[in-house]
Amino acid sequence: MKPPPFDYAAPERLDEAIGLLAGELDAKVLAGGQSLVPLLSMRLAYPDLLVDLRRIAGLDMISESDGRLAIGAMVRQLHAETSDTVATRCPLVVEALRQVAHPQIRARGTVGGSIAHADPAGELPAVAVALDARARVRGPGGERLVAAADLYTGTFTTSLGDAEIVCAVEFPLADDGAGAACVEVARRQGDYALCGAVAQVSTADGLVADARLALFGVADRPVRAAVAEAELRETPVRAAAAVAATKVADEIPFRDDPQLPAGYRRQVAVVSARRAIAQALEAAA
Amino acid sequence: MSSHTITVTVNGVARSEDVEARLTLADLLRERLDLTATHLGCEHGVCGACTVIVDGDAVRSCTTLAVQADGAQILTLEGVAADGEELHPVQQAFWEKHGMQCGFCTPGIVMSLVELLEREPDLSEGAIREVLGGHLCRCTGYVKIREAAEEAVRLMREAS
Repeated sequence: MKPPPFDYAAPERLDEAIGLLAGELDAKVLAGGQSLVPLLSMRLAYPDLLVDLRRIAGLDMISESDGRLAIGAMVRQLHAETSDTVATRCPLVVEALRQVAHPQIRARGTVGGSIAHADPAGELPAVAVALDARARVRGPGGERLVAAADLYTGTFTTSLGDAEIVCAVEFPLADDGAGAACVEVARRQGDYALCGAVAQVSTADGLVADARLALFGVADRPVRAAVAEAELRETPVRAAAAVAATKVADEIPFRDDPQLPAGYRRQVAVVSARRAIAQALEAAA
Repeated sequence: MSSHTITVTVNGVARSEDVEARLTLADLLRERLDLTATHLGCEHGVCGACTVIVDGDAVRSCTTLAVQADGAQILTLEGVAADGEELHPVQQAFWEKHGMQCGFCTPGIVMSLVELLEREPDLSEGAIREVLGGHLCRCTGYVKIREAAEEAVRLMREAS
């Protein structure tokens, strides 16, 4: 259980880091290391070089502009979770982070790391997909914005190039009074989720005004429940959770594998979606 | 396989070490600095036995590379109460409430609670449960550990 040998660099400039990633060696980005270091210790990854982002200035900022909250890639999860700005502007991010591993891991784990790691059972990628967040990415070709819907291409796989670095994640601000919830089923508190759902809703005059719903752990990437979202709009609040459950059961292609049959996934995901919508509605003003 | 000179302040003492990139902080503490109160259980971030305080946060030292800790202030169990010194209220509470059996997981739990109580002296039961959720104990069933943690909160309140 010791990592294999590799080289390590902690450059101070972003273009230096991009240069190292674009080089000959098989290089990996190191953010907080809470997924990568265990993978190294279990010898599931053998990179030649780790490029640590910790010395690069400006990657650990939380800032608001143009209706979006930008959370820097190196912002620690525990920091984002306890930030008043994030709690008011993007309550779903806080709700989801509370379910990520344990506080001792969130103290090191980063927001950008979670987004780029693309764990199909990860909470933050599902939040990004549900809210139409986008990743601000820098690479050899300059800077570009990647919509969360285009970011995830499969298990632990993204559409990013080998030398591209997620610099920040930009989440649209929640409506005033919006409620958010993250519900998941895991074998133990803090363990990887089997399945789960994230939801953000706002209401007006007893009706759902806007609903965002995405599931994780159900397929090889986070899945937006678009049919359920559309159906929820203008639905009376008291009927909303049941509507979400029915639509989710029909619209999602549930992954089947020996560990977790599709039928089980469907059942857990439907219950998670129903509870997530119900809890988000309760939290909505 | 690159080698790096890092400087860390461990329990108030500045230490400079040449380390391989792949050395974890846990192995730096145990193998190089001979601070073996930090225990290694699972070595992939699950069990919490290796928890130490890095720049004020309780973290897993097995999923932190030594090179990532360059420049950091680190507190291990050895630094919580030196030999012959009065025990920290968390340690005292574990002693009085018998919050352990074999004791393998205890150093990590003590470090998590020390950090949490320094930050938030008026801990709710929910917060205690959440932080204990980050630690595996195969002996106690957690009841005595929870009682010890609650006692620690009481002792800290009394002392302040």
